[in-house]
Amino acid sequence: MKERALTCIVCPRGCPLTVTLGEGGEVLSVTGNACKRGVEYATTECTAPRRTVTTTVRCECGGVISVKTASTVPKEKIFEVMAHINRTVAPKSSKIGDVIIEDVAETGVAVVVTANRANR
Amino acid sequence: MELINNINCELVIIGGGPAGMAAAVAAYDAGLRDILILEREGALGGILRQCIHNGFGLHRFGEELTGPEYAARYEDMVREREIPFMLNTMVIELSEKRVITAMNSERGIFTVSAGAVILAMGCRERPKGALGIAGTRPAGIFTAGTAQKFVNMNGYMPGREVVILGSGDIGLIMARRMTLEGARVHAVCELMSYSGGLARNIEQCLNDFDIPLLLSHTVVEIHGRERVEGVTIAEVDESRRPIPETKRYIPCDTLLLSCGLIPENELTKMAGIELDRVTSGAVVNGDRETDIPGVFACGNVLHVHDLVDYVSEEAKIAGEAAVRFIRGEAEKNAGIKLTVDGRVRYTVPQRIEAVADTKVYFRVSDVYRDKKIVVRDGERVIISKRKQKLAPGEMESVTLTKEMIENAGESLSFSIE
Amino acid sequence: MFDFVVIGAGVIGGMVARELALSGGSVCIVEAMGDVAMGATRANSAIVHAGFDAKEGSLKARFNVRGSEMMEGVCRDLGVKYKRNGSLVVGFTDEDRETLAELLRRGEKNGVKGLRIVEREELLSIEKNIGEGVKYALVAPSGAIVCPYELCIASVGNAMDNGAELKCNFKVTKIEKIEHGYRVFAGESYVEGAVVVNAAGVFSDEIAALVGISDFTVHPRRGEYMLLDKECGSLIGHTVFRCPSKMGKGILVSPTVDGNLLLGPTAEDIEDKSDTATSAAGIASVRAAALEQVAGVNLGKVITTFTGLRAVGSTGDFIINMKDGFINCAGIESPGLTSAPAIAEYIASLLGLTRDKTKNPTRRAAHYFRELSTEEKNALIAKRPEFAHVICRCETVTEGEILDAIRANPRPSDLDGVKRRTRASMGRCQGGFCSPYIVELLARELGVPFTAVTKCGGGSYINIGRTKEN
Repeated sequence: MKERALTCIVCPRGCPLTVTLGEGGEVLSVTGNACKRGVEYATTECTAPRRTVTTTVRCECGGVISVKTASTVPKEKIFEVMAHINRTVAPKSSKIGDVIIEDVAETGVAVVVTANRANR
Repeated sequence: MELINNINCELVIIGGGPAGMAAAVAAYDAGLRDILILEREGALGGILRQCIHNGFGLHRFGEELTGPEYAARYEDMVREREIPFMLNTMVIELSEKRVITAMNSERGIFTVSAGAVILAMGCRERPKGALGIAGTRPAGIFTAGTAQKFVNMNGYMPGREVVILGSGDIGLIMARRMTLEGARVHAVCELMSYSGGLARNIEQCLNDFDIPLLLSHTVVEIHGRERVEGVTIAEVDESRRPIPETKRYIPCDTLLLSCGLIPENELTKMAGIELDRVTSGAVVNGDRETDIPGVFACGNVLHVHDLVDYVSEEAKIAGEAAVRFIRGEAEKNAGIKLTVDGRVRYTVPQRIEAVADTKVYFRVSDVYRDKKIVVRDGERVIISKRKQKLAPGEMESVTLTKEMIENAGESLSFSIE
Repeated sequence: MFDFVVIGAGVIGGMVARELALSGGSVCIVEAMGDVAMGATRANSAIVHAGFDAKEGSLKARFNVRGSEMMEGVCRDLGVKYKRNGSLVVGFTDEDRETLAELLRRGEKNGVKGLRIVEREELLSIEKNIGEGVKYALVAPSGAIVCPYELCIASVGNAMDNGAELKCNFKVTKIEKIEHGYRVFAGESYVEGAVVVNAAGVFSDEIAALVGISDFTVHPRRGEYMLLDKECGSLIGHTVFRCPSKMGKGILVSPTVDGNLLLGPTAEDIEDKSDTATSAAGIASVRAAALEQVAGVNLGKVITTFTGLRAVGSTGDFIINMKDGFINCAGIESPGLTSAPAIAEYIASLLGLTRDKTKNPTRRAAHYFRELSTEEKNALIAKRPEFAHVICRCETVTEGEILDAIRANPRPSDLDGVKRRTRASMGRCQGGFCSPYIVELLARELGVPFTAVTKCGGGSYINIGRTKEN
C-alpha cells in the first residue's frame, strides 16, 4: 500500500486529497475531498490523468480566437493537442460552441471556440 | 447631426465587465428600465475577454466555463433585455452629485446626470516601479496581465525564456499559457512563504509542467541593456530581506510580474468617496453603497475577488439595492460598524445599515491552520466557525443573520483565534 | 555641406540647434541613440535653479542666472510646461545655518533676487510638511520646475520645423578636418558642416578627442531617483534641497510639472558611461534623505525608479569654447538644464548670429488637447474622432494625441519615445493597460510589423514572435 498526496483541481476550492493506492496502483481510498468529484478526480489522476486545454487558434481574419477542448484530454497529450490546434485556422465568422477540430490529436475530443469575436 | 450632450438616466453603471453587466441585469430584473452601461473598451466583458482559461462559473452556472464564455453569458443577458450600453466610452469625471462626464467619438464630451451610479471599473496590476527592483530597465518586463493580452488577444509572444515574480493567479495562469505556446518558464518566485494563488492553479499550471515555485524568494536585480538578459534571484529571510549568499543568476529574456491587484478608484476618489486603506476600494454598507447616497460599488473595484462568480453575486446585491434607492425604498438603521483584529485584514461590507441576513466577505493576513473565525457583539461571541486552513489568497465569508444585526450594539468585531 | 552640425540631441544640443536654425543657417543634428533626450536630459532633477550654488564668476553662475531668466519665455514659446514654484534649501544644524548664509551671499553676488533665510516657525507657514528636524531654510522664490525631455523634444522639433535635419542612430566615430569645415563620420556614412558643435554629454570628451582636443575629460556621475504617484504631488509646493556638498546639491524632494513627486538623486562617480541601473543601496539612501527633508512622503506610492548620468567635467566648470569652427559644450552638469537657453544664446553670439525674422520660434504645446475648453475639444473630436478615444487611462491620453506625437517632429519610433512625448504609460499603471495599444498604433503609423516595435530602439523588442509558431 502506498499513499499519494494530491491537490484537487476540479473546483477553486482545491481540496488537499490523500489517495491510498494498492500494489497494482489501483485506488483503494480517497480522503480530504469535500465532494464526490474529488474521488473521481483522484481516481483518474492516479491512473490516467486528464486535463482540459484552453488556448487560442489562428483565425482567417488574421487575428486569434480562444478555444478549448470540449472535455478533458490525456495529460501526456497536451503538447500534441497544442500542435494540432496550432496548425488549424478558424473561419472568420466563428462563434462560441463552433467545433473547429472534431478529433484533436486522436484523443476523440473536439476543440470548440469559446469567444464570439476574434481579436486582431 | 446634433446630439444632446446632457443626458439624464436613472441608473448609470461605470464599467461593462462581469460586475457591471451583472449589476445591470439585476437592476433590470428588479424592474428598472432606464439603465446605461458605460464601457471604455470596444466590447463588453472586461478583463474576462483575455482570461481564456477555464474555471469560471462553477458556482454561478454550475459548469466550468472559460472567461470569454462567462462574459458572453452576461453579454447575452444584457442584449436579451436590450439594456443600453456605450462602448469606447471613457468616464473622465464623477461628481458627488452623481453627474458623470464621459467621452466617446460619437458624442464627444458629454455629461450624464444619474439617479444612482454603480462603480464597476475593476482593478489593475501592481507595476514594476512599485516593487523597487534594482538594475536596468530593459524591454521584456511585463505585468502578467499585459503579457496575457499580448498572447491571448494580439497573438504575439512577449518572450521565450521566462521568470515570474509573484504567485498570484494571473502569474500562475500565464506560466502555463506561455509554456503551452512554447516558452520555457524557469521559475516562479514568491516573496512570501505561501502562494497568493489558488492551490488548483499551482497544481495544474506549475506542477503539471514541472515549473518550480520558489517560496520566500524574490528578484533582486534585473540585467540587460536593451532586452532582459537575466535576473538575479535570492531567498529572503523572515523579515523578507534578501539573503546575499543565496543569490543566483537565471538567464532569461522576460520577467513577468504577478504581485497583486489594485482596485482602480480614480473616479471614486474624484467624487470624494471614503476609501478603505486595506482594500483600496470604497467603504460600503451591506447594499454596497458608498458614503455618497446612491453611489454603489461592486466587483474588483470594491475589493479584489478570487472568483468571478462572487463578483456576479456582489454585483447583483448592488444592482438590486440601486433600484431600491431610486424608488426610495431603501430601509436603513443607524449603521453597525464591522471591525477587524488584523488577522482578519478587512471585511466587505465595512458597515451594515439594512436589517436583513448579510453575508460578510473577508480576507486574512497570513496562513492559519486549525483556527476559529470568531464574530463578537461586544464581549458576546455570536459566531464561531472552525476552519482547517485560512490563507490570504482565499476569500472567506460568514453570514450575519437578521437577528444578530437587530441585536447588535454599535459594532461587531471579526477575529481569528 | 551644412552650416552647422550639432553632435548630440540632448537639451543642450537641442537648444543650440534651435538657435542656429532660427538664425537661418542650415543645421544637421546627429544623435547616437534612436531618439532625442536619451542621456542626462532624460533623467535629471528637472529644476530651473535660482543660481545661488555656482561660484561667482564661473560659467555655471553666469549661464544659470541668465538661463533662469530666459526659461519661462522659452517654455512659453515652445509650449513646454514650466512652473515657478520656488525652492528651499533646508538646514538641520547650526553649521548648516552658516552654509545657508554663504549660499545667500553667493546668490546675491550672482544676481539672484529675493533670497532670504527663514527659521522653522516661518518655514512651517510656507511648507507645512517640512521634515521634523529642519531648523532653517534658504528661500529662493525664483526657483522653478520644467520637464527636461519635453524641453529637448520641443527644441529639436522647433529646430526641425525651421529646416534642421535630425539623424538618429548616428554614432560619431571619426571627425576629419576638411576645407571650410569638418566631415563627421558614423562608420561609413558622414555629414559635413562648416561649424561643429559638440554637445555629446558624457561622451563629449571622446568627441573632442576626435579633433585632437585632450585638455579635458568628462566622467559620469550616477544619480538614482524615485517618482511617486500624483496623489503625492501636492505634499509640498517648493523644491526642497539639502545643504550642498562637494558631490552636488544632494537629494531633493520636488513636485514635478506633471504633478508627481520626485525624490533624488544620489551622487556616485562611476566609469561606465551607459550604466543607468538602479541599486538597492542607492534607492535606500534616497528614501532616508527624503524622509528627513519632508514629512509624510509615502514610499508606498512609488511608481518608478530610474538613474540618470550627469556629465561632470574635469575643470569643475562648464567647458564652453570655440576653436577653428569646433565648439565644445562639455561638462554640462547641474545647472545645465537651467543654463541650456543661455548657452544657446551665447553660442549664437560667439558666431555673430541673430534671429531670422522669417523663422518661427514657437511650437504648439505637446499636451494642447487637455488645455482646450470642452467646446473646443468637441469641435476637434467632430473632425478627428480619435481624440475621444482614451488610450492611456491613468494620464488620460487619447489616440489623437498619440497619433499627433508620432507624426510631429522629431518623430518617435519606439514606445518610450511615445511615452516621453505624450505621457501615455507614464501613470500609475506604467503602461500595463495601454502598451499593447500603443504598440499597435506605432506599428501601423511606422508601417512595420507588430514584432518590430521596440521599447527604446536597438534590440529592445516588446514581442519576439507570434504565438502558434511551434
